[in-house]
Amino acid sequence: MEKYYQPEIECASREQIRAWQSERLKKQVQNVWDNVPMYRERMKESGVEPGDIQSVDDLHKLPFITKDDLRDNYPFGLMARPKSECVRIQSTSGTTGRRVVAFYTQHDLDLWEECCARALVAAGATKEDVCQVSYGYGLFTGGPGLNGGSHKVGCLTLPMSSGNTDRQIQFMTDLGTTIICCTPSYAAYLAESIIERGVRDQVHLKAGIFGAEAWTEEMRHDIEEKLGLKAYDIYGLTEISGPGVSFECSEQTGMHVNEDHFIPEVINPITGEVLPDGEKGELVFTSITKEAFPLMRYRTRDICILSREKCSCGRTHVKMTKPLGRSDDMLIVKGVNVFPSQIETVLMNKGYPANYQIIVDRVNNSDTIEVQVEMTAEMFSDSLSAVSSKEKELVDALKAMLGIYAKVKLVNPKAIQRSEGKAVRVIDKRNLYQQ
Amino acid sequence: MTVKQISVFLENKPGRLAEFTDVLSEHNIDMRALSLAEAADFGIVRIIVNDVYNASTVLKDAGYIFSITKVLAVEIPDEPGSLSRTVRILGDNGVNLEYMYAFTTRKKGLAYMILRVEDNQKAIEVLTASGIRPICQDELAEL
Repeated sequence: MEKYYQPEIECASREQIRAWQSERLKKQVQNVWDNVPMYRERMKESGVEPGDIQSVDDLHKLPFITKDDLRDNYPFGLMARPKSECVRIQSTSGTTGRRVVAFYTQHDLDLWEECCARALVAAGATKEDVCQVSYGYGLFTGGPGLNGGSHKVGCLTLPMSSGNTDRQIQFMTDLGTTIICCTPSYAAYLAESIIERGVRDQVHLKAGIFGAEAWTEEMRHDIEEKLGLKAYDIYGLTEISGPGVSFECSEQTGMHVNEDHFIPEVINPITGEVLPDGEKGELVFTSITKEAFPLMRYRTRDICILSREKCSCGRTHVKMTKPLGRSDDMLIVKGVNVFPSQIETVLMNKGYPANYQIIVDRVNNSDTIEVQVEMTAEMFSDSLSAVSSKEKELVDALKAMLGIYAKVKLVNPKAIQRSEGKAVRVIDKRNLYQQ
Repeated sequence: MTVKQISVFLENKPGRLAEFTDVLSEHNIDMRALSLAEAADFGIVRIIVNDVYNASTVLKDAGYIFSITKVLAVEIPDEPGSLSRTVRILGDNGVNLEYMYAFTTRKKGLAYMILRVEDNQKAIEVLTASGIRPICQDELAEL
C-alpha cells in the first residue's frame, strides 16, 4: 500500500494543483515586486507588472534569474523579509567568493521539512522507523533537510552526519537503523564496508534516500542488492530550499516535484523558450511559497524531462527525470560544485598556462579529480624539491578555491591535446548521466 | 671552474625516457653522465654533455622543458674513502649539498663527481684548498 505524508496535497487533482499554483504565484509576484528591488527592476525591464500575472499560464512572462544574480546580490540582496524574521541560513557547497546563501523563515523551514517528509514517507518511513541521516550537517542542506523531514514523520532520528564509517555501521547495527539517507556514493561505500566487516546479517535497512549527486541505475541495483533495501532518489538545490524539491516514489521512474511549492518548467537553454512535457531541456523553478528567499524562474542548469503521465503510486504531481546533464560546465565532485573556470583562475594566478585538463573519475565509489597542467620553463628547475613544492602550492591553492582535494599532475608541454574549436577541458570518466 | 648540467622535465609515463634518449641518439649527443630523480608523477633527468649548446638546441626543438644549471665536477681518486673525504670537506665548511652523482671515464684510476651545491664559489674555494680540483667545461670535453 502506497503511503503519503500529505495525501490531500500529493494526490490532489491537476485542477486543484493549478489553482494553488496560480493563487500562490500571483501573491509571490506581488511580494517580490514590493520587497526585492532586483525583481522589480527586472520585471520593469521586461515590461511586466504584477497585474500581468493572473495565473500559472502567465509565468513565462517573468524574466529568468541565474546563479550569477544570486552571487551579485550576495548576501542580503534577494531577501524578501527582514533579517529579524529569518531563522536560518544554508549555503551551497561552493567556494570562497562564489558562495550562494539562502535564508529561511520558520515557515520556509517547515515547508522544506514537509517536502523531505513526503520523500521519506514515499520510501516507506513511519514513526516505527529508525532513520539514520548520514548527509553532512551544517551549511550543506542534506543533513538538516532530511533531519527535519525525519522528525516530521516521527522517525527515531540519528543525526550522524557524514564520515566515520566505523561509527556509522556500529550505530546502524546497534540501534537497528531501517532507513538511511546519504549520497549514493557513500551508500555504495557503506555497503562494501558492511560486507567487509561481516555484519551484513545485523543490518536491517529497508530503504535508502540517496541524493546530492548523479548516480546510475547500475549503481542503484548494486546498492539495493548489497544492502537489501529499496533505493530512492531525491533532488533539490539550496537556492530553492534543499533536498525534497522532488523525490522518487515506489515506481522509481522519476521524481515527483512538490508542485504546490515549486513550479517547474523546462526551457530551451539557448532561446529560453518553454518546452512541452516530454522534451529535454533546462529545468527552471519558481518557489511560490517561500517567504525569505523566493526565487522566480531560477535557471538550475540541470537538464531533464518533465512528465505528467499518470503514476501508479497515485501521486498527481509532475515527475522529472534524474538530471541528464548540465547546460553549463559545472561538475559535481564529492557532492561539491566545481566549475572549470575556478580551476582556470587558480592556474592563471599561479602563473601556469591556460592549457589544462580536468579528469574526473570514481574510484572505489569515491570521486577523484585530477588537474593536468603543462610544465613551463618558468616553473621548472633542476631541483626536485623546488618543483614539488610548486606543485604542492598549486594543490593548496586549488583546495582553498574548490574546498576539496584535487590532484595535480604536471605533464609535458603540448601533452594536452589542442583542439581547433572548443577545448576539451573536462574528461568525466564516471558516465553518470544516462542519456 | 663549473660545468653546465641540463635538467629535463619528464612526465612519469611509460616510454617517456626512451623517447628522450632517442632524441639524443638521433642527434649524436654523447652523454658524460646521467642521473634521474623521480617524484610521484614526474621525473627530472639530469645530464652532462660535451656540447651544451647543441644539446639544448636539440631539446628545445623537440619541445622539452629543461633548465641549465652550473654544477661542480670534481676529479677524485677511484678508491675507497675519496668520496667520503670530498663530502666531509664540504660539510665541515658549511656547504650544503643538494644532490650528486658519479661517473667514470677512460682515464684509469680516476672518478668524477657531479656536485650540486648552494654556493658554487665557496665550494670551489674549500675544495681547492684541500687539493680537490673542480674541472671546467673544456676539460670535461677532453675526457
